[in-house]
Order: sequence, then C-alpha cells, then structure tokens
Amino acid sequence: MKIKALSRPTASIRASGADVARQPRNLDPALHPFEKAREYTRALNATKLERMFAAPFIGQLGRGHVDGVYSMAKDPNSLEHFASGSGDGVVKVWDLSSRDEIWQSQAHENIVGGMSWTRDRKLLTCASDKTVKLHDPYNTASNSPPLASWLGSNAFTSISLHRSQPSFAAASSQISIYDISRPSQEPSQTLSWPTSVDTINSVAFNQSETSLLATCGTDRSLVLYDLRTSSPLHRSIMTLSANALAWNPIEPFNLALASEDHNLYLFDSRNLSRALNVYRDHVAAVMSLDWSPTGQELVSASYDRSIRLWDRASGHSRDIYHTKRMQRVFSCAWTPDNAYILSGSDDGNVRLWRARASDRQGVKSARQRQKLEYDEKLKERYKHMPEIRRIARHRHIPKQVKKAGEIKSEELQALKRREENRRKHAGRDKPSRKPEREKMVLATEE
Amino acid sequence: MPSQTRTRERPRKRQKVAADATPDTDTALTTRPKNQQHLSAEAAELARHTSEARKQYGRGARVAVKSIKDKKQRGNLQRLEEKYKNAALRAKESEILLEHEAGFLEAESALERTYKVRQRDIKENVGVQTARKGFELRLERGPYRCDYSRNGRDLLLAGRKGHVACVLDWRSGEKSTELQLGETVRDVKWLNNDQRFAVAQKEHVFIYSNDGVELHQLRDHKEARYLEYLPYHFLLASVGNAGWLKYTDTSTGQNIFEASTHLGTPTAFGHNPWNAITHVGHQNGQVTLWSPNSTEPLIKIKAHRGPLRSMAVDREGRYMVSAGDDLTMKVWDIRMYKDLQTYHLPRPGASVAISDRNLVSVGWNTHTDIWRGLFDKNLAEQTRAKMPYMEWGGEGQIVENVRWCPLDDVLGIGHDKGFNSIIVPGAGEANFDALELNPYENRKQRQEAEVKALLDKLQPGTISLNPNFIGRLDLASHEQRMREKDLDAPKEKPGEKIKALEKRGGTGRTGKLRSYLRKKGKRNIVDADVVRAREVREAKKKRVLERVEKQRVEYGPALARFTGKGP
Repeated sequence: MKIKALSRPTASIRASGADVARQPRNLDPALHPFEKAREYTRALNATKLERMFAAPFIGQLGRGHVDGVYSMAKDPNSLEHFASGSGDGVVKVWDLSSRDEIWQSQAHENIVGGMSWTRDRKLLTCASDKTVKLHDPYNTASNSPPLASWLGSNAFTSISLHRSQPSFAAASSQISIYDISRPSQEPSQTLSWPTSVDTINSVAFNQSETSLLATCGTDRSLVLYDLRTSSPLHRSIMTLSANALAWNPIEPFNLALASEDHNLYLFDSRNLSRALNVYRDHVAAVMSLDWSPTGQELVSASYDRSIRLWDRASGHSRDIYHTKRMQRVFSCAWTPDNAYILSGSDDGNVRLWRARASDRQGVKSARQRQKLEYDEKLKERYKHMPEIRRIARHRHIPKQVKKAGEIKSEELQALKRREENRRKHAGRDKPSRKPEREKMVLATEE
Repeated sequence: MPSQTRTRERPRKRQKVAADATPDTDTALTTRPKNQQHLSAEAAELARHTSEARKQYGRGARVAVKSIKDKKQRGNLQRLEEKYKNAALRAKESEILLEHEAGFLEAESALERTYKVRQRDIKENVGVQTARKGFELRLERGPYRCDYSRNGRDLLLAGRKGHVACVLDWRSGEKSTELQLGETVRDVKWLNNDQRFAVAQKEHVFIYSNDGVELHQLRDHKEARYLEYLPYHFLLASVGNAGWLKYTDTSTGQNIFEASTHLGTPTAFGHNPWNAITHVGHQNGQVTLWSPNSTEPLIKIKAHRGPLRSMAVDREGRYMVSAGDDLTMKVWDIRMYKDLQTYHLPRPGASVAISDRNLVSVGWNTHTDIWRGLFDKNLAEQTRAKMPYMEWGGEGQIVENVRWCPLDDVLGIGHDKGFNSIIVPGAGEANFDALELNPYENRKQRQEAEVKALLDKLQPGTISLNPNFIGRLDLASHEQRMREKDLDAPKEKPGEKIKALEKRGGTGRTGKLRSYLRKKGKRNIVDADVVRAREVREAKKKRVLERVEKQRVEYGPALARFTGKGP
C-alpha cells in the first residue's frame, strides 16, 4: 500500500533566514468563489472612494488681481510659471510651486486681451489701449518699463506667436503680423476677410503648419488665413459668434471653438462645414478653452461661473468645477504637466484646480500606485453598471446652473417639438433633418 | 515542373493551417519547414494545451467574434477574447509554481483494498508531524459536534450538555479555551476567522470571542438547531426548532431576513459555498433551497422517502450528497436538481461532509465511511463507486457529526464519547491561495485579511442561484419590459381591423371574416370587434342573398339555375 499524507515543510511558508512570510497563490477558480461579485464590490468601492476624495480646488494664487482676469498665458519653457492679465491693465507672472506672484507690472491702461510667451522667455501682451508690449519678467524688476511696444490703430483683443519665426499676430478688426526682431511700428503684414469689419475675438497660429492662422470674430465667422499667400483660405459662418479657439496640440489639424451658444465645437480644419464633435453642458456662453497637453481632454471656462472638463471623444463634460465665490470665468489653462488647471474669473482671483479631482500629489508607494491602477481598471470595467454609473456621475452643481440647465433643456425640447410639428405638416417637400454637428454652420466660403 | 511546384505548394498550405491555429508557433514553423510530422504534432500539442487551459481556467464560452457586424465592437471583443485566452494560458503555466502535492492512498496489488487501511498503518507511514494530526479526545458531555475555522487552523468542539472547547491552532494544541455553559448546546460555528464563534444554545444564539468572553446574545435566533456561516456575506444563518430560518449580518449586527419553512423542525442544514444558498433538510424528506431575498424557498427537492438526516454541497456548488432515514445516500447534481446515484447504508447516515478534493465522508451509527469518486465534474456520465475509500469506527461510539479540516488531510469526527481526528490521505487541497485562506497566517496578515474581507463584503441582496449574474445582461426582464411596452403602445381603433377584413375574401368557408370569427369564438370572449364582425358578416350574407334573389327574377324560370346558390 502506498501512503502519502499532506505535509507542508516550514520552508514553504517562510524561506529560511528570511523574515517575510511567503504568500503562495493558486489560481484554480474553485478556490475563488464569487469572483465576479467581489470584483464588482471592489469597483463600487473604488467609485465611491473616487467621489469621496474628489476635492478639485487647491487654492488661489497670491492675492489675485484687483480687476477680473481676462487672459492667461503658459510659459512653454517652464512647468511652473505663467502670466495673467487683468481688466485694469495689470499683468502678473506667477510661480505655481509657491503659489505666489514673482513679477507684476501695470503694463496697459485697459483690458489685457491676450498674452503670449516668446521663445526667449519674454512676455508679449496686448490690450484694448491699442498697444502691444514686450516685457522681460524673469530679468527685470516688477513695474519696469517694457522692452518694446507697438502701437496699433484699434484695440487689440488677442495675440499669437509664430511657431518658428520671430513674429506674432495681433488681432483687432484685422490681423496684424508684427516682426519682433525689427523695431518697426508698422505691421509687416495685415490680413482680413475682404467684406468683414467686425472685431476678431481670438487668433491662433497652427503649431504644425506654422503659417496657418485661425481666427474667430464677432461677425460669427471662423476664418483660416495663410501667411505665405497673405490671404484668407476659408470662412465659416456660425449661428453665434465664438469667443475663443485653440488648436489641438497632438492632432494639429483639429481645432476647438468656444461658442457664445453655450457649446464647444471640435472642427477639422480641412472640413469646416461639419463639426467632429459638439460639447454641450454649459448653460451660458463659453468664454475660454484650453487643450490638455495630451490632446485628449479639454477645459472650458464659462459665463455660468463654472469650469468644465471634457473628454475629446464624448459629448458631455466629465466634470464641473465651481466655488461659491467664483464669478464669471473668463480664462482657463491646462498646465503643461497635465496635472492642474488654472482659471481666472471676474472676481480677480486666479484659481488652481486638480485636473483629476480625486488625484493626490506626492510620492506614492509602489503598492499604492498598483492599487490605484487596479481601481482605475475596475471602474472602467464596471462603469456601465447602474449603481456605479449613478455614483460616478453624481455632482453637486450650483442651484442657478442646475435651474438654468433644466430651463434650457425644456426650451430645446420645445424647439425640437416645434420643428417636428412643422415637418409633420410641411406636406410633400419636407425639410430634411440637419445633423446636430452641422446645425451651427450656416455657410462656408472659400 | 508542375509536379515540383505542387509538392512545394502542399507543405506551405499545411503550414498556414497550423499557423492559424496557433499564432505563437508561427516563427518556429517557418524556420523549420522540413519535419512536417513533428511540427503538426507540436501544433496539436499546443492546441490541446490551450483548450485544456481554457477548460480549467477559462470563464465560460467564448464570444463568437466573427458574427459581429459592428467593426469597432468586433475589434474590442476580439482584443478582450485574446486577453482572456492569454490569462487562461498564464494561469495554466503558473501551475509549475504550485509546490505541494496532494496525498494519496494507493493499492499496489489487485488484492489490496484501501478501505482496509487502519489509522495505525497510516501513522506508521507518514511523518511525525503529520502523524500527530490524528488523535482521540475522550470527553464526557457528548454527543459532540465540531467545526474547523475557514483556514483549518482552529477547532471548535461542542458537547450537547453544555461543554464548548475552542482549540486555537489545534495542530500544536497550545492554546485552548473551555466553557461550561450549563445548558443545551446544539451547534457551534466559527465566524469569519479565529476571533469569534457562534454557539446555538438552549434559548438563543451567542457569540463568543476565542478566549471565551460572551460578546453578543442574538435573541432573534430562538432555539436555533443548526448554524451556518456565509463568509463572503458575513451572514450567520440559523434554523430553529420551530422551522424558522434567520439571517444576521455579523458585521453590522442587523437581522436581515427571517422566514418560516412551514415544514416543522428541520433535520439538516448546510450551505452551498459557491453561491451562498442555504439548504434546509426536513422531516418529509425534502431539501429546500433558500436565499435571504425570498420568503419562499427557491427550490424544493424531494430527496428521500423518510426524514432527511444530513446533506453537504461540494465547494464548486455542483453536487450535493444527502443521507436520509430511508437508509440511502444520494448524489445530486444541483444544477439540474437530478439524483445521479443512490447508495445504500446499513444504518441511516447521521452526517455527511465533502472535502476540498471531493472525498465524501458519511457517518452512520458507529462507523464513518469515506468515499472517493462519487462525482467528478470532468465526467459527462457519473460512474458508480464500488467500495468506500476508507473506513473508520466500529468501536461503540455513535457518530454525531463529521467535518473535514479545510486545506488538510484530516477528518474530524464528533461522537457521543468525544472527538476523533483521523488522517485521510488525499482529502485536502494541497496548494492554498494565501490571499484567500492562509492556514499559516500571522497576526498582521489576519488583521489585514479581515479589513480586506470587510471591504469586499457582498450584499445579501446579491445572493442568487447563479453567483456570476452581476454584469450580465438581464435578458429575461428586458423581454418582460418589451412586452409591457407593447401593452402601452397605442391600440388599433376598434372596428379598423374588421374593416380591413371585410374587403378580403367572400362570405363562404374561406372568407377572412369567417376565419377571424372562428379563431375568436374559441376564446369565448365577445368584444366590440367580434360583434362588429358578426354584423358585417350577416350584412354581407344578406347582400348576396338579395343579389341572388334579384337575378332569379331577372333570369326567369328557365335560367334560374345559373344564378348560384348564395352563401
């Protein structure tokens, strides 16, 4: 008779000389009952924890501005410095790690419309006082006079730097291209759509096709210009004007538009008759937007006193940020390290937020990181379960925003109903339904 | 020339087939195109390995990816299927890391019988440490019931007359607590770990800590006869003398469910470790299956002719073994609720237990039999075991209760004269998963595991016959919803259908109206539609009669035969 009974040597529990207990695994499913139910429970807990830890607001920077903050510019050569411009013409440069200002200047006499950092880390600002000025915040003291200034004929609203050449475009009712290297007051080039005289709200150079320039203006137009031919390429007329535009840093042919009609639009610059995506959740005009450095996410600032974060591919925001004291938000920026968001609002404060509300900074142990990654995967896997979806989507939003949202959806439904009724009674030549992604483009001109 | 090309062609084709079946061997195949026989054998081996891994570690059937029309979804599911396949293969490969082998008892010649092996023989043939696991305790306040903690490290003994002994780490036998409760003790059960246990006493159920301090009195559990503990849900279930089944959440202390079985005093109690359904055995030979979500049993099985004595479910929730007063022991497939085999016992089986490796022990009168191969999940058709694997007893002690020690080759037998621990080679799972149940855990690990278990606690609402229903599409209620939706749909206006039918067919046997009325008439319901149909039909008949009458007059007596008969 052969007899063997189970016996486990002590070395299998703890290796000799080691003080760490071994933890052998056996992946036989029979040893792991309820695996799906337990995994679901973990996913549910992970979702709850994410919402519990969601604390997006970090703090405000320094003591803010005296007037509203209407423009912002990230220093492309630094992770921690950026500039903000206020309604009273003051420009401040901030340090994110100390959350304090490092330089300030009464640069202008009126609203600072746009700012841009040059390649040699100087700051270009433009304002409604018809001037563009060049400052050197890192090497000069606060309130020192500008290095250079350009005087235009109209109030400037926006500025954008050329990717490779030392020139910039400043927008008023036309686009003026100035050369930084030559101290000439005259623009080297001016661009405008032949029939348009309205103010241009925003201008942005494409970073890949560097002579391409996009503008949006109060005449509800989105125009593309080419510097090489110094002529406009294309114009689309929207239902309402856009307040800001930004090129996607990763997909350089795509640009996003912050519109007065509460929506954001993603356009392919090669086909401006149709949006790639429509982002709708805001309940007031969108004043500013910025891409995350990964090009996968968007941040938008709105007149409804809130900031929303969007996935590039989905039509509704993934998060909404607000505080009791934050007023109309006029500018926002995604920091180059993809971890923070900056917002400037009418109350003069510059606020710092987390890009992912439940993230925490600081060094994490390998175990903690592993756990967070595991939780992330679980949430992804079970995101469609009703309970998990409900918890993940739940947000506290200001009463006014909620109310306005309800009213807005009712109004939209009424419009839709009216249109459907019209179609129903239109007789034989029914108007064809227009896709939502084409509705806002009224006309395109080459 | 053509013959040459053909010979070249053939191996290439075969190669491609092999490469399709096993993308991993693709490179190996192209580098060594000579030995076709060898290669196909290798490929076949790999395919066999994959299918084996799938069978053992896969999670159900594959999705038929090719039939999905949506490109994106097809891509996603294909990627997912690939991941599942790799996971199964990896799990299979990780088998080489399993370091222990299960015990066995094997006859070396055709004449030897394993059931003739006595405990003395086993102890002589195994190591000293292992031999110490077999022992006998002579105790006086019997009959005794026993329970091992979930990781098999701690032992609990309870004598009917009020003696409870809690032995922590029974293999070393260093620390034990004894309680003399002075009243009837009907059952004992370890809770989640070795810290607490529940005792069903005369009036109520009590919870004690492992050093014998009374922690809680569960007054709701009146005269509990049997206890069961559902570890993943933290539920303590009891069934009392009056036939009431009660569940208490031991993590919050809430009584979450109670229901009457309406079948009098229960005779057996057990639970299915795979789906946490409790099984109650009754005087009339029934086994009822309960979840804490329904006041009616989910399933009733008429298992035995006389009263049921005991039952047990295997760890994968596929088979149940029950014993009754009708001197039989039955093996059930509890996925189909079908009995597979019936075995006869000399006396009614008092207690049945199933081990990790599916050994079945049944205690009857003074004996305990251990059976191997009563069921096998890998067999389509279950075979009948010819003789027991091992036997024990026959020395005058009436067996009350048998329990397997988890993760070890040990069977605990409680009887009227005390308790016996016997060694049964091949009973226990050799390779434990330390993150699930760890028999060697230290204090820190135990504390951590307790917190983890509490975080992963499953809600009692999720207990159902299929434990993996979470995350699946609920097709049944979807269908139900669709049906309800149809009821809400705007109905046809009464008479509309009849109007449509009126235009089709004549008034004769083939008329649509006639067939409509025939179908409707069967149901014996007279509604507006039927009335209208009758009216229309009558009117139609009348019209035809009138026409015929008119023609008769017109044709005159000679031609009247050409007018037709009418309806």
